[in-house]
Amino acid sequence: MAVPLTTPAKSRTPAARAGGNRRNERGAAALFMVPFFVLFALVTLAPIGYAAYMSLYREQSSGLGFGGTERLFVGLGNFTETLADERFLASFGHIALYCAVYIPVMIGAALGLALLVDSALTRAKRFFQIAYYLPHAVPGLIASLIWLYLYTPGLSPLTDTLATLGSDWNFFGKDEAFFSIVNVSAWQWIGYNMIIFYAGLQAIPRETLEAATVDGAGAWRTALQVKIPMIRSTVVLTLLFTIVGAIQLFDAPKLIQLRAAELGTDWSPTMYIFAQAFENRDYGQAAAASLLLAVVAGVLSYVVTKLGNRWKAA
Amino acid sequence: MSTHTTPRAARTPQAAEIPAARKRAYAPARGQRARRPRQFTSKAAVHAVLVVFALYTLMPLTWLVIASTKNYRDLFATNPFALGDLNLVANLQALFAYNDGIYARWLGNTVLYTVVGSLLSTLISVACGYAFDKYRFRGKEKLFGLILVGILVPATVTTLPLYLLFSEVGLTNTYWAVLVPSLVNPFGVYLARVFSEGYVPGEVLEAARMDGAGELRTFRSVSLPMLAPGFMTIFLFSFTASWNNFYGALMMLSDEQLYPVNLGLYAWMKNVYQQPELYPLVIIGALVAVVPLILAFLGLQRFWRSGLTAGAVK
Repeated sequence: MAVPLTTPAKSRTPAARAGGNRRNERGAAALFMVPFFVLFALVTLAPIGYAAYMSLYREQSSGLGFGGTERLFVGLGNFTETLADERFLASFGHIALYCAVYIPVMIGAALGLALLVDSALTRAKRFFQIAYYLPHAVPGLIASLIWLYLYTPGLSPLTDTLATLGSDWNFFGKDEAFFSIVNVSAWQWIGYNMIIFYAGLQAIPRETLEAATVDGAGAWRTALQVKIPMIRSTVVLTLLFTIVGAIQLFDAPKLIQLRAAELGTDWSPTMYIFAQAFENRDYGQAAAASLLLAVVAGVLSYVVTKLGNRWKAA
Repeated sequence: MSTHTTPRAARTPQAAEIPAARKRAYAPARGQRARRPRQFTSKAAVHAVLVVFALYTLMPLTWLVIASTKNYRDLFATNPFALGDLNLVANLQALFAYNDGIYARWLGNTVLYTVVGSLLSTLISVACGYAFDKYRFRGKEKLFGLILVGILVPATVTTLPLYLLFSEVGLTNTYWAVLVPSLVNPFGVYLARVFSEGYVPGEVLEAARMDGAGELRTFRSVSLPMLAPGFMTIFLFSFTASWNNFYGALMMLSDEQLYPVNLGLYAWMKNVYQQPELYPLVIIGALVAVVPLILAFLGLQRFWRSGLTAGAVK
């Protein structure tokens, strides 16, 4: 239908048409882009600018606390103070430890399960995929809440079982609470990443796998020397995404800390920012810490994207 | 499902025709027969591992369903996985009656923040990504660089600065404080550009223009329908992000009339020591929040899958 209509239009001089089009296009482009960029400026750019401004000041109550507060210019004082704050540094230490435990467990389990579901031996592949992915449909806070109940003695099937086995494992204990956090994350993310790996495995050309079989490779060798290397880039990307997610960890530790007070309210960097702002009312330092975290997150994400592009090109 | 077995089966008739191929195809088959008892045991082992992990992912949700049917006394007195007296209806009544039905209000707020917020956010992102793909203007790639920077800086790190900015203009503790930040999804813009490149051929737009359709009309009646699968994928991304948004809501809101469900449940959870009658309410409240999400997830699996792979190849 559109074909005959194009003919008369084409007879107009190309230059005039291009000029009109381009003006039209600019107007339309602006119309389509303005809503996003206005909101983007308001929600992302302006707060960063404002945080940069706030981070240079400190609120201080004047005199004996009667005269309200006054704003003092402290230059980079908030930054040096934050970087010297042991609790801020410790919060990054916690996340490093968390990554060291959680990432091998999560990636290992997701990869292992993906290979098993991909294996020719497995039946009911669809059921397992759905069962594994289901936790991801549960909002992070509610997942943490369910586990918090499951960690609570008296309510939980787990604590009862552990007690009858003679274990005195306390999910909210000083050392154990850390693993309670790791477990919530593992529960939420193993299935999700398993599905991503599985999709990668499904994309491996069948000829490649047949060739491996014909060459006499068994299931184990095919998995380790053919399948895993072929989805290597997906695995590494997942690893990096997980690290970027880990430095924003908030929901699970915040909730578990309700029962495991020893974790402290500044266990993770985001919790530190929250505590600085709403418990200590030190907005200047909270703003400085936010900017520092933004830099860390930005650099990490940049590395992720760069590596991602390199693999896509390869 | 049977992708691994199909090639083997398909090769058999060929093998009958070509003697050379027959020899090759036959060798692994004979090996298979010799290994059959071993294959049976490894099959059992594979399924045992898969079933154990399925128990891990499904156990907390199963517990949630069972615990939702118990009253306060049974919750602590009975075996966690045994059904006591069925109190599901009584629990639901108690949930929606508590504090003048505040829970229903939280559900409504959650729908506003997630469904309405994500629809708007997706529309804004798709319009912007579409314009990036289809229109030519100066400085386009520089502007797109800004989108990429937006992707690098996670929303968590701009939340506190945004809170400080909003409190300056009196926007904290309003619906806008949660809704507006959720409208900005730079990754959605990025995805929309990719989808637009893939789904909307330039010739179709040319044809629509020649037919005399304006840019806005072309977008609405030609491009948007073609982008429907991409729209759905981006919608699900932003939907997941907004239902997982606890950090932002916790910071921005202090009036419980404005809470989404997860923040409301968190507030209850914080008070269960003082008000033990909240224990069953938190459980049934979590169930009521999770069930629609799980149903939606089961119904929209196709889109989840495409969204996952889109995220993975980012």
